[in-house]
Amino acid sequence: MKLLFAGIDEPGLNTLDVYRRAGGYESLHRALAMTPDQVVAEIDASGLRGRGGAGFQMGKKAAFIPKGDMDKYLVCNADESEPGAFKDRELMQKNPHQLVEGMAIAAHATGCNRAFVFIRGEYDYVADILDAAVAEARGAGLLDHVDLVVHRGAGAYICGEETALLDALEGKRGNPRLKPPFPANQGLYQGPTLINNVETLATVPHIVRMGGAEYAKLGTETSTGTKVVSVSGHVQRPGNYEIELGIPAREIVYGLAGGPPEGRKVKLWFPGGSSAPVLTEEHLDLPYDFDSLAKAGSMLGSGSIIVVDDTVPVIDVAKWVAKFYTHESCGKCTPCREGTAWTLAMVQRMDRGEATPMDIEIMAGVQEQIIGHCLCVLGDSMAMPISSLVKHFREELEAHIEAARARRDGVPTEPPPGGSPEQEEVAA
Amino acid sequence: MSGAEGVPRFAHGSRVPGWDRAVDLEKDPEEVPDPATTPVPDALRAEIEEYMGRYPHARSAAIPALRAAQRHHGWCSPEAIEQVACVMRMTSAALTEVATFYDMTETEPRPHHHDVFVCTNISCSLRGAEAVYDAMCAAAAGREDLHVRSFECLGACDIAPMASVDGVYVGPLEPADAATIAEDVRAGRPVLEAKQLARRPVADEEARESRPAGAREARP
Repeated sequence: MKLLFAGIDEPGLNTLDVYRRAGGYESLHRALAMTPDQVVAEIDASGLRGRGGAGFQMGKKAAFIPKGDMDKYLVCNADESEPGAFKDRELMQKNPHQLVEGMAIAAHATGCNRAFVFIRGEYDYVADILDAAVAEARGAGLLDHVDLVVHRGAGAYICGEETALLDALEGKRGNPRLKPPFPANQGLYQGPTLINNVETLATVPHIVRMGGAEYAKLGTETSTGTKVVSVSGHVQRPGNYEIELGIPAREIVYGLAGGPPEGRKVKLWFPGGSSAPVLTEEHLDLPYDFDSLAKAGSMLGSGSIIVVDDTVPVIDVAKWVAKFYTHESCGKCTPCREGTAWTLAMVQRMDRGEATPMDIEIMAGVQEQIIGHCLCVLGDSMAMPISSLVKHFREELEAHIEAARARRDGVPTEPPPGGSPEQEEVAA
Repeated sequence: MSGAEGVPRFAHGSRVPGWDRAVDLEKDPEEVPDPATTPVPDALRAEIEEYMGRYPHARSAAIPALRAAQRHHGWCSPEAIEQVACVMRMTSAALTEVATFYDMTETEPRPHHHDVFVCTNISCSLRGAEAVYDAMCAAAAGREDLHVRSFECLGACDIAPMASVDGVYVGPLEPADAATIAEDVRAGRPVLEAKQLARRPVADEEARESRPAGAREARP
């Protein structure tokens, strides 16, 4: 079943003409003939869960937007920067009107008079495509009820976090805000704000077209609908695939993406981008949906599968993960700013043969002190995968540390900074 | 001591850009630049004013305005930031704090150049990004017009390992492609045309063959 990706390679689908000929904007007309509450009810009935990472029901979020005659804002989060995620890029690049239509419907449903697409600066060429689509739609009178602006960022992963995104959109450094108040009450310019991911908003026209109840029949009971999954890493056919939620992960990794190259095995995989705790080969038979992955100790996140095969040492994976989050930590909260950098330093020490297996405990302890102790989940996004790497691959890490030490001719090294795990517990 | 010298907070330097620079406590509070004494190129002024008009609060235009100034000056120089501040009626400090935060706004001197961002994040590294990055650095050696840097995930893991050359995504790259990229940029040709992302069909075969979802109703 293809919804978002149906006919995505149709030549010229990015133009209003072709999109309309394919039935585009009919959902908008249908929605405009309904009352806002009816549209929200349809979205709610669909059970659509946010596709950006948190998986919060869009219908519920839309219902939080207060009624009344104030300025209200709709923001589309197109700051797709999660390592492994590239679905929004393809959706916007090839079918920008689908997103514009979804935003027009969502703006009508929630009474938002101003809408913004916050797109990451690196996607300049996609932003050009969106700009053209918005101009076409406006020219055709399809955006009379909402003022839609495409806003380009300037390169910062943190701006994918909704409150940091709002600060960036207000022209400031992208630092997350304390929640509550939640954006639905006080978001952009302190006004009520509905923030949703590109894929979530692009699904809205399909919900209006099919009806919420019909859409809810797709997927599983608690993870309804279809999902665009980005598969990358050690697979033969990396790319975006639209699947019905709840199919076995193996079908995605092996069936669609072709699995690792001949003769190699899946060692570990990130089910939801690099912030998701890793799973191993045995978890490939799990149904790919929000709840099954959560039960297995990971998450669906943005739906980005990164496959790592058995040729790669776990320490390298830890290094790439830690390096990324160290670079991207905005520096506002100490546990994240310091924790990410210390984790990277510890991983590098392990690799250089300057660590002992005890350092694994210290590193795991640092992760515990990051999780839940910051304004946003950027720190957690490093701590969770690193903890999971320790959990699943402790023996390999220990062997790696010992081998690296042996390579340094067995010279014993000074104890690492940060004290023993016991001391850290007291500090926590 | 004046604030001009760096004050490292740690032996290895602080990790937040700009935090190594001490504050000069004796300085007067900064004022918004005076339009009479701050010349701003007309084209840049018009572009910034157009951005300011898009938002209910003009400050929202800060990031697009800084990027416009960067296109104009090659980097976000103090002069460039002052010009933006003058048009936006803000202090340079308020804009400098924004410019130093983002990866794409350059606050270190750099002539006009072509950007080559080589992704070295996890998905690209799994497929050999390091060799591509090294080859790219070697190909750019001695070339002042090429600015090569390793970049975090650019959102194109389907063409890993990849690079963004002046915003054009190319991949999957092999180390041998680095020389071609350097040559294409020098000649002003489209970069590595056969490997441009824009030409790539969707991986999902079923989607490739399907019709747009609303089509059933619109066409028989």
